[in-house]
Amino acid sequence: MTHGTEQTINDYVTAMVGGELFGLPIGRVQDVFVPERLTRVPLAPPEIAGILNLRGRIVTLVDLCRRLGLERRSESAMAIGVELKGESYGLMIDQVGEVMSLDAADFERNPVNLDPKLAAVSSGIYRLEHHLLLVLDVDRLLDIAPAVAA
Amino acid sequence: MDDLLREFVTETNESLDVVDVELVRFEQDPNNARILDNIFRLVHTIKGTCGFLGLPRLEALAHAAETVMGKFRDGMPATHEAVSVILATIDRIKEILASLEHEQREPEGSDSDLIADLHSIAERAAKPEHKEIATTEQALGRPLRPGEVSLEELERAFQETPVDPRPAKKAKPAAAQEPLKEEESVKSSAQSIRVTVDTIEQLMTMVSELVLTRNQLLEIVRRHGDSEFKTPLQRLSNVTAELQEGVMKTRMQPIGSAWQKFPRIVRDLAHDLGKEIELELQGAETELDRQVLDQIRDPLTHMLRNSADHGLETPAERRATGKPPQGHIRLAAYHEGGHIIIQVSDDGRGLDTARIKAKAIAQGLVSEAEADKLSDAQIHKFIFSAGFSTAQTVTSVSGRGVGMDVVRNNIDQIGGTIDVKSVAGQGVSFIIKIPLTLAIVAALIVEVGGSRFAIPQIAVVELVRARKGGDHRIERIKDTAVLRLRDKLLPLARLSKLLGIDGKKGLDGKDAIEGAYIVVTQVGSQTFGIVVDSVFHTEEIVVKPMSSKLRDIPMFSGNTILGDGSVIMIVDPNGVARSLGSAVATHVAAAERAQAQKAEESDDDTTSMLLFRAGSSQPKAVPLSLITRLEEIDARKIELSNGRHMVQYRGQLMPLVSMTDKPVRSEGAQPLLVFSDGVRSMALVVDEIVDIVDDRLDIQVGSGNPGVLGSAVIKGQATEIVDVAHFLPLAFEDWFRRKDGTRRERQRSILLVDDSPFFRNMLMPVLQAAGYAVTAAGSAKEALALIESGKTFDSVVTDIEMPDMDGFELTEALRADPRSAATPVIALSSQVSAELIDRGRRAGLHDYVAKFDRQGLIAALMEQTGVGDAA
Repeated sequence: MTHGTEQTINDYVTAMVGGELFGLPIGRVQDVFVPERLTRVPLAPPEIAGILNLRGRIVTLVDLCRRLGLERRSESAMAIGVELKGESYGLMIDQVGEVMSLDAADFERNPVNLDPKLAAVSSGIYRLEHHLLLVLDVDRLLDIAPAVAA
Repeated sequence: MDDLLREFVTETNESLDVVDVELVRFEQDPNNARILDNIFRLVHTIKGTCGFLGLPRLEALAHAAETVMGKFRDGMPATHEAVSVILATIDRIKEILASLEHEQREPEGSDSDLIADLHSIAERAAKPEHKEIATTEQALGRPLRPGEVSLEELERAFQETPVDPRPAKKAKPAAAQEPLKEEESVKSSAQSIRVTVDTIEQLMTMVSELVLTRNQLLEIVRRHGDSEFKTPLQRLSNVTAELQEGVMKTRMQPIGSAWQKFPRIVRDLAHDLGKEIELELQGAETELDRQVLDQIRDPLTHMLRNSADHGLETPAERRATGKPPQGHIRLAAYHEGGHIIIQVSDDGRGLDTARIKAKAIAQGLVSEAEADKLSDAQIHKFIFSAGFSTAQTVTSVSGRGVGMDVVRNNIDQIGGTIDVKSVAGQGVSFIIKIPLTLAIVAALIVEVGGSRFAIPQIAVVELVRARKGGDHRIERIKDTAVLRLRDKLLPLARLSKLLGIDGKKGLDGKDAIEGAYIVVTQVGSQTFGIVVDSVFHTEEIVVKPMSSKLRDIPMFSGNTILGDGSVIMIVDPNGVARSLGSAVATHVAAAERAQAQKAEESDDDTTSMLLFRAGSSQPKAVPLSLITRLEEIDARKIELSNGRHMVQYRGQLMPLVSMTDKPVRSEGAQPLLVFSDGVRSMALVVDEIVDIVDDRLDIQVGSGNPGVLGSAVIKGQATEIVDVAHFLPLAFEDWFRRKDGTRRERQRSILLVDDSPFFRNMLMPVLQAAGYAVTAAGSAKEALALIESGKTFDSVVTDIEMPDMDGFELTEALRADPRSAATPVIALSSQVSAELIDRGRRAGLHDYVAKFDRQGLIAALMEQTGVGDAA
């Protein structure tokens, strides 16, 4: 985790999902790619969009719209590659934004009235000029309950 | 220092495993100086290295143990007590080693207790030793410490011991059974190196990548047809295959290395449980993938403990049942048909079928009515259910059944299967079947609802296409679709339905089954069909572990990247089999019974019989309706497994039973008579099939020979009528619940009422052989008509479940008729419950016998007709 410690500047990869702006700590982001030839996995939890082959690795694609309970606003999809416990995941987003360097001092706790579904996966927010930037916690984001066995 | 320490820990651990095994052997064979020298040298090496690395606790322990062993060498008897103390010492050394591994230093603590014990044992040895101890050892320049071995002594030990390599080389761990030959061992130590497991894992991953890349290239060339790449690609393909094999080989380890600890475990168990146990290890050299080896070590240990604790009886119990007091546990590994088979068997009391059944019902795994229909073998399978335990008291060692689900899970994970066979009073045998390699498997690529899936080839028996009016028809039992494949009904699992996706649509908008492909799959003893939309080809795939988010889906075992770069899921046949559940299996079993009953109706007066010869020139006969099929197989296909002749028959192993001492043919064609009951088949080996005749089955001379009901004149010739019921249990011990010996009795008349010609044909010769005149009726109406016509019978035997008028109604009708009111009625039923018995009593039934219980039936008849010693 890069934020909240003695560092004063934190870098975030930002992305649009369902019309909202989110940030992921840059240290957790491995790459950004366009998901192709996605294989749907029957019986998988609804948040799992499928699996795909990314340069010889099998990547599990997580549909962030579904994960965050948001409405999909665009058809074009990209994915941010992250890793957890040796496994590769892709977080499906609508659009990738710029990398932002933000002062840790401006990092705020989640507002109390934040949607609980978002609050569960967010570590806090930045108040930007035009937007709120919700910082996502990758570990909690990937804490997906297994689907009920059919 | 760090590396040195690690090396020391690894090597010492390996040495200690050998010491364990060797000591147990030594205790049994105390005069074997070779074993002793070997142990002595190993312990001494440990001690020497400890001193070098500055490990005082280990050094002191090894030192004291060495002293006692020195006494053994001098002729002190290896008592149980002495060996126990040394084993305890070795355990302590292991503990210290374990913490050394984690903490990088010896743990705090004192070993004075053990050292004192060891000393006191050494003290009791011959007195002259003490003198020697007191002398000053010249080379050391100081007196020997108590129990220390002099250098001369040590020199002698080394001179006398053949040079042995370090015992547990990765490439060739010392076989527990026999010490390596001298020259061979010197060579092997010079030519083998230690490689870390990680390196091999990494090599394996690289090879997997290479296989994938090759597959991709092959795919491209396939698309482009003839190209100049073809030849080099062929070469690449070969090299990849060889490399794959080579790397696989490095991962292989003899299973014996997982067995090293077993003699010790069994020895301790025998001691703790007060039992005498002999452990037999067979096929220790069988090689297994390292990963597999790790996965099965614990399951095997568990089963071994189970066998020792619950399987084997105490010596007193064994003597009481006429067994030798010493129990026997056998662990065997061998290759068979692309699998490695590991068997754990004991000659103990066998599984407690009744208790397992009661427990399965109590846990709601099966209803009481269903359970009554299950065979013993089916009931035994419940021990693999999650959380299943029949142990009334869980002992410190284990509980029978406790954790068998865990064992099964472990084996499932490596793509293996486990089966259990148990014969009451004779023992239990667990059979584990493991695929040879893990990481790269051949798979059938299929399509369902536009998605492709891989089905491991190893589970696939055959592929059939179901067509209307074709040989392979799809039928429905209630809502369950089944495939009629030759003589069998297979339950069908529709992959689209199981996976919750849309399959190919038929005209009615429903998923089409007609015209679909059916992948006939076998898991354990269960055969079923997986319905898919289409089938592509087989491909060697590299199994990649599934994401932890998807691992809970029971239908998949992994995923893989295909040659064209796409990712597909690998279907887990075990998961599909489980999804079929017992309900479908029961439907299918019921349908098979109905099918058997629909078999040709035989004339009441004559019986169709098959005449054949076996062993002698005299013809033998068996009612044709009992035979499922006549077969002639190539004798070379007969395999000897577990001391029995078997033949792989339509995807299953079918045992062959010989009627005579004559050996099974080794070449040419071997005629067989196949008998089936439900899913099981057995074959009688015969010399020649002669004819099929219709004649009266009139057994005139009874027989004392087992297997022969008696003789009858058939087509003018004296013919032995074969008792099929005698041979069925030879193939499957539990074919009938009980064995029996039929006896001839005075002629009494019986009316046998059963709507199934199968059972009529089965029972008539049995009853005739028991001395009864039997009249058969195919329905209750027919039976009543016979009574109506004035015929009288000494007793009536009737089936309960019959169409139109069942056994209860028949009994009531018989009671109502004064001519038959006093005639005893015995009911036969495949299910016996308190409720049914009560109902039968109210209807006026005299007795109630389970359908296959021939002995019970004869006994009931004797009682009711007043024949036999009771009269």
